[in-house]
Amino acid sequence: MSETVTALKNAHYDAGIAEVSEIGPLGMITIRGDLDAPFVRKVAKKVTGVERPERGMCNSEGGAGIAWMSPDELLLMCPHAQVPDVLARLHAAFEDTHTLAANVSGARAVFRVDGPHAREVLAKLAPVDLAPEKFTPGMFRRTRVGQVPAAIWLRADGSFQIFCFRSVAQYMFDLLKAAAQPGSEVGYFPPESGVNREKV
Amino acid sequence: MLILTCPCCHVTAEETEFHAGGEAHLKRIGPDGAEGEFESYLFMRQNPKGVHLERWRHVYGCGKWFHLARDTATLEVFGAYSAQTTSPPDHIRSAIQEKHPEWQWQGAS
Repeated sequence: MSETVTALKNAHYDAGIAEVSEIGPLGMITIRGDLDAPFVRKVAKKVTGVERPERGMCNSEGGAGIAWMSPDELLLMCPHAQVPDVLARLHAAFEDTHTLAANVSGARAVFRVDGPHAREVLAKLAPVDLAPEKFTPGMFRRTRVGQVPAAIWLRADGSFQIFCFRSVAQYMFDLLKAAAQPGSEVGYFPPESGVNREKV
Repeated sequence: MLILTCPCCHVTAEETEFHAGGEAHLKRIGPDGAEGEFESYLFMRQNPKGVHLERWRHVYGCGKWFHLARDTATLEVFGAYSAQTTSPPDHIRSAIQEKHPEWQWQGAS
């Protein structure tokens, strides 16, 4: 099998107020269908080990997770090597139903923004209320970052994971780097209510 | 700046996350229609100063279309409702009439 390469070969930037890194390759599978159907919940739980999230949320455990994308779409995450296996299981389970499961791992780029100012970096770029009491860990929000569509997920450890199309990966990385450049702290969010931990 | 709430994913966001899709509740003219009717179906649009019903799409979010009732002069939003309707629902009509008692829906045009 050919070698899997992420869009920016895991580019990394840590000279600024937050650490920006391209992560991956991450296995991503889109599921479209009736999300309230019991079999969708059951199958999604079976292949990932996590419950189907409620609206606007993302559940994860280890390398696997499920994110709520829209009223009829889920994003299933798993280790990249397991994608063919997971997809085969989904196809077998969805066989007779009007449900789609498609591998989108190669269509997306994934970034991690980490550090005490991560929230600020994202707040500069997206028209989303990222106040610590409004945007809480586990939330998953599809929005616009700069000029491109993206999804923002606040992980339990306080870091942000950003999903965008692979074709705009360089733009996204440059944008995050610019928003995280040294000395660009805004100080809008009180530090004690932001990320409750020291930079690791 | 408009602040809209998508009735599909219930996200409240400002207008740059959405895309306007023009006047709502157009009555489609098929092959049997007269030329003049077809022309007005294609090109003629209302441009009111005041209450307006529009189609919008949550383009950077869930991607769904929906309907929106708003005031074009004050930018007040009366409410968003499902795209799968052919006329504004009662709660939208009463929300508009609270502010504009004289307002009546003119029907699909």
